[in-house]
Amino acid sequence: MTPPLAFVWSEFAQQVTSGLAAGAIYASLALALVLIYQTTNVVNFAQGEMATFTTYIAWTIMNHGVAYWPAFVLTLLIAFGGGVTIERVLIRPVEHRPELVIVILTIGMLIAINGLTGWIFGPEVKAFDSPFPNRSVIVGGVAISIQDIGTFCICLGTVVVLWLFFRFTTLGLAMRSVAFNPDASRLMGVRVGWMLALGWGFAAALGAVAGMMAAPTVFLDPDMMLVVLIYAFAAAVLGGIDSPVGAVVGGLTLGVVINLLGSYVNFVGQELRLPTALAVLLLVLVIRPTGLFGRVVVRRV
Amino acid sequence: MRRWAPPALQGLVLAGAVVLIVLLPRFTSEFRLGQFTYVGIYFIALLGLNILTGYNGQISLGHAAFMAIGGYTAAILILGQKGFELAGQHPSHVLPEHGMRPLFTIPIAGLVTGVIGYLFGIPALRLAAVSLALATLAVAVSLPALAKRFEHLTGGGGGLSLPLPHTPFGWNISTPHWLYYEAWATAAILFVVAWLLVRGRVGRAWRAIRDGEIAAVSSGVSPAVYKTLAFGISAAYAGVAGALFAIQVSYINPDTFPVTLSILLLASVVIGGLSSLSGVIVGALVLEFLPIYAQTPPVVHLNFAKQAGPVVFGVVLMVIVLLVPGGMASLIRRLTRPVTAALARKA
Repeated sequence: MTPPLAFVWSEFAQQVTSGLAAGAIYASLALALVLIYQTTNVVNFAQGEMATFTTYIAWTIMNHGVAYWPAFVLTLLIAFGGGVTIERVLIRPVEHRPELVIVILTIGMLIAINGLTGWIFGPEVKAFDSPFPNRSVIVGGVAISIQDIGTFCICLGTVVVLWLFFRFTTLGLAMRSVAFNPDASRLMGVRVGWMLALGWGFAAALGAVAGMMAAPTVFLDPDMMLVVLIYAFAAAVLGGIDSPVGAVVGGLTLGVVINLLGSYVNFVGQELRLPTALAVLLLVLVIRPTGLFGRVVVRRV
Repeated sequence: MRRWAPPALQGLVLAGAVVLIVLLPRFTSEFRLGQFTYVGIYFIALLGLNILTGYNGQISLGHAAFMAIGGYTAAILILGQKGFELAGQHPSHVLPEHGMRPLFTIPIAGLVTGVIGYLFGIPALRLAAVSLALATLAVAVSLPALAKRFEHLTGGGGGLSLPLPHTPFGWNISTPHWLYYEAWATAAILFVVAWLLVRGRVGRAWRAIRDGEIAAVSSGVSPAVYKTLAFGISAAYAGVAGALFAIQVSYINPDTFPVTLSILLLASVVIGGLSSLSGVIVGALVLEFLPIYAQTPPVVHLNFAKQAGPVVFGVVLMVIVLLVPGGMASLIRRLTRPVTAALARKA
């Protein structure tokens, strides 16, 4: 355990920036969860495993000599296709069944994809290249790693692109209308089924971004996203499970808070970060079940 | 509850199962016997999980964490202060000086885990199905970290080694046999308890809450009371299973009850059949044997990677969810209907 540190501003600012980078990864995955929650009304437990699998695909593509960014884009396309396929083949048949059934189906996917990843790519830990140099820039006496800046920008950049898509395109409008009221959308001629599939596709692509950004620091192994997934869940719940803005704010907040607690509170340290995130999750759920930005659902009898 | 067979036939099948379990050790090797001991242990954990998820509709992805709590409770009590000192560790002083007999730690482990589960059930009341699944998964993921952190009680990452189990009371059977009968006798008692609970007033309340909370409230059933009760009892079952597990392997560390086990427990309950006590035995057999046979399928003599287990497990779960929502229990019921119907007509 590290001895208590004297409080230094630059140190603090550094912890905040690296927290923001980690938080951006949680935010992407949290947003993926929210996208699926909004359309399918369940939490996709396989989200992390889907992200891991696509990150392995990126690794394979790069191993065949493709440069980072083309491989990145190719992986996003493959992830998108995979997400759409999963919705069409597996989720479609249970669409109108109780929530519990769909949740259990995604748990089945979690188990199967996790096993498949280990089976195809081997269980050993692999290094995953980062597209950013392993240096720091000094801004106002604070050393900020370029990798953190890059991770932050890529994750939030994807989120912004997605937001622009939902806000300013007809397809985006159609998808939002399906999330808001599927029956009315169907009557207006929106192909609801395909909108749901697109939602899964976007979620899978977002997950792939999160996976590829997380992999250089956590290293590539079949279980790498499990912990990230828990953080993403906590972030989504913190922000309100049906609010995209909430997911992003929740992810960033969680990243910073966990990082600060880990470095400044001795009791928390490295090991207890996850239980701390869990405590945050439980606290929010108990005090404010709808999260910070969530819609209050009024139940009528 | 729909009966799948006339009561007389049900009794006959149950009696047959008991005879089979009692006589099984005569026909199997010691290695197989160990596997069937694990089936008994999983049977107990799955009974508890089915009470919570099947009968009460509360999902838990954290039952391995409750097993771990039970396992650690038993291990710490078995060692006592002396045991810790022998292992070169400094235990906290709240422990009794001498270790306890493993058998007696089982109910205590169940009780401790039950109380913890009951307490966890209180915040869980505020959680909808999905958030509850997340919260319990988070418990399962963070428990190993907690176990490593509180080293003086849990032995940290190195875990706790227990004295090798042996047959107590000077009974004249081998230790593997004793462990087998210990697990299955506990399983039998807990099966009867679960059956009595489920068929009576409490079970009716649980199912009423599962099928419609508002309707249950308006019939005078308090969800708070019965949901926390289900959580407590379910956790107690898991705790007993965890204690038996720790005694069986005479060792426990933070990885003895991994997150994967939590997830597979839920999967097995669904494969066996939600809200079916007889399905639980199928679930327990699946949990123990499916990963083994997926890796080295019998008859065809193939040898797959270890990961074949989870892949097949996940696929089986998905197929069950998609095609046979009632699980194996309902499948068996459907397949045997011609026979049972004929018998019912005769009776």
